[in-house]
Amino acid sequence: MKNFEYFDPTSVGEAVALLQQHAESAKVLAGGTDLFLRMHRRAVLPDVVVDLKRIAELATLSYSDQDGLHIGATVTHGAVAEHAAVLQHYGALVTAANWVGSLQTRHRGTVVGNLCNASPAADAAPALLSYGAMVTIVGPDGLREMPLEAFFQGPGRTALGPAEIVTALRLPPPQSRHGWGYARRTRTVIDIALVSSCVVIQASNGVCDEVRVSLGAVGPIPLRAAQAEAVLRGQQPSAALLAEASRVAAEESRPISDVRCSAEYRKDMVEVLSKRCMESACSMLQML
Amino acid sequence: MKRLMTLTVNGTPYEVAIEPRQSLLQLLREELHLTGTKEGCSEGECGACTVLLDGKTVDSCLIFALEVQGREVMTIEGLAQGDQLHPVQKAFAEYGAVQCGFCTPGMILAAKALLDSNPHPTELEIRQGISGNLCRCTGYVKIVEAIQAAARG
Repeated sequence: MKNFEYFDPTSVGEAVALLQQHAESAKVLAGGTDLFLRMHRRAVLPDVVVDLKRIAELATLSYSDQDGLHIGATVTHGAVAEHAAVLQHYGALVTAANWVGSLQTRHRGTVVGNLCNASPAADAAPALLSYGAMVTIVGPDGLREMPLEAFFQGPGRTALGPAEIVTALRLPPPQSRHGWGYARRTRTVIDIALVSSCVVIQASNGVCDEVRVSLGAVGPIPLRAAQAEAVLRGQQPSAALLAEASRVAAEESRPISDVRCSAEYRKDMVEVLSKRCMESACSMLQML
Repeated sequence: MKRLMTLTVNGTPYEVAIEPRQSLLQLLREELHLTGTKEGCSEGECGACTVLLDGKTVDSCLIFALEVQGREVMTIEGLAQGDQLHPVQKAFAEYGAVQCGFCTPGMILAAKALLDSNPHPTELEIRQGISGNLCRCTGYVKIVEAIQAAARG
């Protein structure tokens, strides 16, 4: 590995200043499970690495009924998957986070860092999309917020500008009881997802009020299947309706064929997994 | 250019001069000569390099040594108390859970961490708990049996 200068600032301002100063030759380090590998393989050759882990405010993982869930930039998948409030209010996120790599990976790799790598197959992404996650970004021009959908711009590309870092994710508080489903097709436990799907439904009086269907590994970015959502929204769920919605979700997906499996298989699996996730969500709400 | 750092390994404090590009695995093996921790894949996929960082299993091949400044690491060398093997080590020996032995240090630490947080795991929980540690020799059967035996006490 090429040698580099290592900085571990203790404030976000310091980190941003370092990134401004060193520009293209600096990389941000959180859990390191991705960056270390890229540097080891010489895919990136930074002169400077800025470790965020000594910035106290970025380590915050907290929940309140008013503000929802706050996931700081250096919070690991392991910490999220074990947190009582996440287990209670964002069940799909626990399942999703537990799919990331191995235990060893989850003890280091951060949820935010994983999103910043912007793999279309990122395991937590469909769950975070379905829970309406907002991304907080800080840079030389100050603070801005955007929905996670807008943050992903393409495989490996995000909306981050020069010297900007994501400081936190914010998940809105649950409005009412919700049902969820998360499913992932994979070759082995530790492998990257072939297809993943996450459905979150909020309902009242037997009717679906809010429906979110998110898909991973079947497009250039993690996707919301908006047309599938429209099939269910405002409706009473039935087996036929779920079959239709999952068929529409498969049509909306834009998978490619790669070393792991074919596009045709992915499209088929979108329909299968989405249906399972919808059934899971509806049965949690005792609607089916 | 090297930097001075301090860390505690198996209860002993160390001060070492380290290059930023050196991994925790290299620090342990090459600087501290604790060669029980193995380099398997250097990719964080096999778990042969597993150590405990503040009690949690991590792949030391993916961590820069400098990230561990001031922290506590446990390696396989830190498990036995003098002559007294840790219950997991004893069970591995008794149940024939070791063939070539290369995965064993990481596997034992993963098993120890599992039992520390879940003293009575089901077979599925055991298999999930060691799913970050690959073994090319045993087929995992005796490893699982050894962990079940260690859990029984």
